[in-house]
Amino acid sequence: MYEINYSGRAVACTENETVLECLLRNGIEHPHSCRNGSCQTCMVQAVAGSVPQQASAPLKPSLREQGYFLPCICHPQDNLDIRPVAIMERLQVAVTGIKSLGRNLVQVKLQRPEGFAYRPGQFINLFRDDNISRCYSLASHPHHEDELVLHVRRLPHGRVSGWIHDELSQGDKIEVSGPLGDSFYVVDDQQQPLMLIGTGTGLAPLYGIIRDALHHGHTGPIHLYHGARDAADLYLGEELQRLQAEYGHFHYVPCVSGQASGDRYAAGRALDVALQRHPQLKGWRVFLCGNPEMVKLARKRAFMAGAAMQDIYADAFTVSA
Amino acid sequence: MSQSLFEKIGGTAAVDAAVDVFYRKVLSDERISDFFDAVDMERQAAKQKAFLTMALGGPNNYSGADMRRGHAHLVARGLNDAHFDAVMENLAATLQELNVPAELIAEAAAICESTRNDVLGR
Ligand SMILES: Cc1cc2nc3c(=O)[nH]c(=O)nc-3n(C[C@H](O)[C@H](O)[C@H](O)COP(=O)(O)OP(=O)(O)OC[C@H]3O[C@@H](n4cnc5c(N)ncnc54)[C@H](O)[C@@H]3O)c2cc1C
Ligand code: HEM
Ligand code: FES
Repeated sequence: MYEINYSGRAVACTENETVLECLLRNGIEHPHSCRNGSCQTCMVQAVAGSVPQQASAPLKPSLREQGYFLPCICHPQDNLDIRPVAIMERLQVAVTGIKSLGRNLVQVKLQRPEGFAYRPGQFINLFRDDNISRCYSLASHPHHEDELVLHVRRLPHGRVSGWIHDELSQGDKIEVSGPLGDSFYVVDDQQQPLMLIGTGTGLAPLYGIIRDALHHGHTGPIHLYHGARDAADLYLGEELQRLQAEYGHFHYVPCVSGQASGDRYAAGRALDVALQRHPQLKGWRVFLCGNPEMVKLARKRAFMAGAAMQDIYADAFTVSA
Repeated sequence: MSQSLFEKIGGTAAVDAAVDVFYRKVLSDERISDFFDAVDMERQAAKQKAFLTMALGGPNNYSGADMRRGHAHLVARGLNDAHFDAVMENLAATLQELNVPAELIAEAAAICESTRNDVLGR
């Protein structure tokens, strides 16, 4: 049991909880979003006490050296004096378009701020107001689109996704963070086979990554398995089919895990279908995005199928609630 | 100066090479995989690295008390000598696969053996 002192308020952190869980349990409304060390929304600075190395590992060295860390992935090993910080960069951008991509799904286009350099597949924090932000992945590719493109699924009673669907409109000004995350294509072994598995809007970053690999002249086979329970929740099918027709080494397999899939879709969960067709992933590079349970299981199964840990890139779309 | 086991095996690079092989073995060994299953894989991989570094005599800051504390929750779940032996077996098999000479594998086994009572909380 360690004591956390949060700007003068002392709370006790139990054995199995993170610092963030402890703060929230004690009614401290500390800002957070992804809860898995991706978005940096929860960042705090330690003024006293030693921070486990793990808890600051995703941060830039300059921040780490100043004692910044992420309480959502911190299991304390010392008493800690911490204070909230607001150092996340916020950029004002205009919404340049919103259109439906399917059931409960919209595409949001944002003006790309000056000097905003990103890798397709990274994500941004999108602020609804001063206190609430959520992560959305970048489906765009700077070579193909000037704007930033997001795919946003409406969740039932979702505070930010609902607001985007119901209230946001073209011309509005909103705030976003700079690009975050390290799940993107790097030019390395151009012949390496790529396996991409996504559920739901997990397709957004994968769409960016695939086009980036093709843009860089990747020659190894590229396999995309996109899954949903209902065929109505798959999207971008035409674009992906067109891409498949254009590039012989890109293979697109839409998967439906619910019933009545017919022969336009593979029957089963995307992860199962992918591993059934490719039981051996030794030497492959693997990208996993979407449902956190899928991502967790897929990481393990891809590893057991032979993929090296460092060749597995993943974004779990955890929700904050 | 004679080289340490860690240096003879190839240092950090050797540990990096061994992590994936060892972790894959542990996860597919039904005798012990349950102990590793629930935990987050990325965090686990870092811990496997800590384990291997220590088992191979590399630089680490773990005391016997740390080993006790670090495995106490596993002892509470029934961690015993048989599990300990299984981990040792997987370690030896990993090092064999990486062509580490038998006498160095024996040295690593001796280092692990020296932690047995702490790991098992006795
Ligand atoms: C790295 C990353 C990338 C992401 N990329 C995308 C993307 O490209 N596209 C996308 O659509 N999403 C993406 N997400 C998910 C996104 O960030 C949001 O989590 C999602 O949009 C939901 O936010 P919300 O504010 O609408 O829902 P929230 O208000 O946070 O609620 C989430 C869910 O919990 C439920 N809930 C809320 N409060 C309670 C309660 N008290 N009790 C029980 N249930 C409750 C809600 O009904 C809702 O279904 C990503 C997430 C991460 C971490
Ligand atoms: C051979 C002697 C052993 C040594 C030297 C050893 C060493 C270590 C080390 C250094 C860590 C990392 C601690 C940390 O940084 O938090 C660790 C964690 C762990 N060990 Fe061992 N270990 C040994 C035996 C075992 C055995 C026999 C098991 C179970 C079968 C086991 C299961 C684990 C687990 C599950 C963790 C992670 C615990 C957590 O996530 O909290 N270890 N071990
Ligand atoms: S990094 Fe902690 S909530 Fe996202």
